[in-house]
Amino acid sequence: MSELFYDAAPNATRVAPERPVPRHYPAKPPEVILFGTCVVDLFFPEAGLDAIRLLEREGIQVRFPANQSCCGQPAWTSGYVAEARAVARAQLELLDAGLPVVVPSGSCAGMFRQHYRELFAGDAGMLEKVERLSEQTFELSEFLVHVCRVNWQDLGSPTRVALHTSCSARREMNTHLHARELLDKLSNVERVDHDHESECCGFGGTFSVRMPEISGAMVKDKTQSLVASGADEMVTADGGCLMNINGSLDKQREAFRGRHLASFLWERVSGERKEEVA
Amino acid sequence: MSQRIPVTELTGDFRQRAEDALGDDQLRTNFRTAMDSLMTKRADAFPDEEEREGLRELGNRIKARALSRLPDLLEQLETRLTENGVQVHWAETVEEANRLVHGIIERRQGSRVVKGKSMVSEEMEMNAYLAERGIESLESDMGEYIVQLDDEKPSHIIMPAIHKNRRQVSRLFHDHLGEPETDDVNELIRIGRRTLRRKFMDADVGVSGVNFAIAETGTLLLVENEGNGRMSTTAPPVHIAVTGIEKVVQNLRDVVPLLSLLTRSALGQPITTYVNLISGPRKPEELDGPEEVHLVLLDNGRTGAFADAQMRQTLNCIRCGACMNHCPVYTRVGGHTYGEVYPGPIGKIVTPHMVGLHKVPDHPSASSLCGACGEVCPVKIPIPELLQRLRQENVKNPDEAPKVKDGGAKYSRSERLVWGLWQQLNTRPLLYRLFLWGATRFRKLTPAKAGPWTDNHTAPVPARRSLHDLAKDHLARQGGR
Repeated sequence: MSELFYDAAPNATRVAPERPVPRHYPAKPPEVILFGTCVVDLFFPEAGLDAIRLLEREGIQVRFPANQSCCGQPAWTSGYVAEARAVARAQLELLDAGLPVVVPSGSCAGMFRQHYRELFAGDAGMLEKVERLSEQTFELSEFLVHVCRVNWQDLGSPTRVALHTSCSARREMNTHLHARELLDKLSNVERVDHDHESECCGFGGTFSVRMPEISGAMVKDKTQSLVASGADEMVTADGGCLMNINGSLDKQREAFRGRHLASFLWERVSGERKEEVA
Repeated sequence: MSQRIPVTELTGDFRQRAEDALGDDQLRTNFRTAMDSLMTKRADAFPDEEEREGLRELGNRIKARALSRLPDLLEQLETRLTENGVQVHWAETVEEANRLVHGIIERRQGSRVVKGKSMVSEEMEMNAYLAERGIESLESDMGEYIVQLDDEKPSHIIMPAIHKNRRQVSRLFHDHLGEPETDDVNELIRIGRRTLRRKFMDADVGVSGVNFAIAETGTLLLVENEGNGRMSTTAPPVHIAVTGIEKVVQNLRDVVPLLSLLTRSALGQPITTYVNLISGPRKPEELDGPEEVHLVLLDNGRTGAFADAQMRQTLNCIRCGACMNHCPVYTRVGGHTYGEVYPGPIGKIVTPHMVGLHKVPDHPSASSLCGACGEVCPVKIPIPELLQRLRQENVKNPDEAPKVKDGGAKYSRSERLVWGLWQQLNTRPLLYRLFLWGATRFRKLTPAKAGPWTDNHTAPVPARRSLHDLAKDHLARQGGR
């Protein structure tokens, strides 16, 4: 086959991003910034707090800049570039502090790392900041695996979980690999597969309200296969998918539920059993 | 069948058609089953990830190189084909292309056309155009024949009748051809073949598409699995090939990796049963082959895409269909929902240049941007990125010079206002925290119905306290900042 790989010439028109190169990870830092994300902020704050606890447990001091809001993804994926750029600019100014930025949501981390470049294309001054942020951004499970190199003792009772990873996160941040690795470290946790595991849950941000019929069919299939998997619960590192899947399960009056990976992990390693916060 | 073929009229808008398709259990099952099988076949055809990724990268570069020299290559193609005795015609619109094809048939006083599979001829709605002028145009690809019998359009670019299962095909053959019903796929193929074979010998003109047009040698390459393509291009005295201008590549060497990518991505085949290389009409000393060969090169909006460096990547497409096979939206709604010739992810990014965003305003939004299409595209078209771009063009003020045909089709002042407010909320920290305070404090007031969201979900109720709130308390206790 190798003789086929002759020089096909550079190409001026190509904009396709390369497959992400294997990432170089820094040594464990004394301090990080947590970017909570807007969905976690309002709907799953416990997950954000559990992410802080997990990081502190590794001896890391966590900063939570009070002026943070949203990464800008909803406007960006809806085609409103100027609005997305304004919001992104505000986060960039805030997060450009020379510290690693840990994000408990793969798609928001992917927004920082992949899409801010497109958002500020042609703006050299901003692109410099974008590159710095891109370097410093870590999705939570990625950070726990590769930077903290966590080694845990599982204090929970035996359980079976299904893992759902958001598409953009899986494709942009490899979260499925990191989350699997974390779950594998827990001796009493069995990870079970579900049907069409790598298929989208149908959330897609504003897609879920612009195309509710299609989105609804997708999340229904996803929830059904999760229920059928035989798992006790679902875990995911993405707030958007979690809101979509749990909201649909509730609507269908299914008892099965999903939980943010951070909350699940904290419960296993701290031995604290918390009440579900509605 | 010499009267006008009434192509089934598609009614309603995209969302209405999607809803209808989603309610059709048989259709859902047919697509899910077929797409699952196609995904498996593709995966099996690329067992080595490194080889696959290298090949995709190469495919991308070859197409990009061809596109960067498109005008030159097209000129070279015309010169070489003309030297080989092929008559080359240029058409800017589908109307022009149809007129050209009809003109050729008329000069030969032809009345019967037999067609190999060609998506460009679907783009032209050639069958209908010819039927209106008293010319029978018969599809000879089995899938195309089935949809033609049922007055439908193809629902997939590779497998036009994939929306039907064997029982539905059997009933169709029973109703139209008087054949006894059967569950045996081989028997169904035999019935179709028997009917079609007779037609090849009687046809005055054969029409086909083109997979790759090779500039350096003036060769038209056509892949197929049924042999109907070879018959359509060799049995009748006249062969007319129709294709889009983006199908030109530099040389035969470029074709090797592209062909491998095409057949493996489409049906998981190492190579198709037939690979036809057509380089001219019958020579005086030869015993068979057509007396005349024509090539109609169609633009139909492609130069519009070409002019935009980002959208130009849509012209990389080699029409394998892998993006639709892997698309969770396409799998659920099927090809007819898109209402246009090219369905699925690739359809969403090539159609706006052809027909304008006014005609397909919902296409760019009909994606969760999950990225499955971009991941499998053999020539690495960043489909999600281009969908995103089309969303931007779609909501722009139409007064700004549109960069895509009918840009601004979804422009809405009220929606722009909502995003303006969203921007204020997310750039003013005090306002944002006030919003959090209100939303958590008055969480019980969350309405049970919240637009389309609550069609599929219960209403999302904010937490008692926001992360901002919890983190502040927690970090104060920890002595953090």
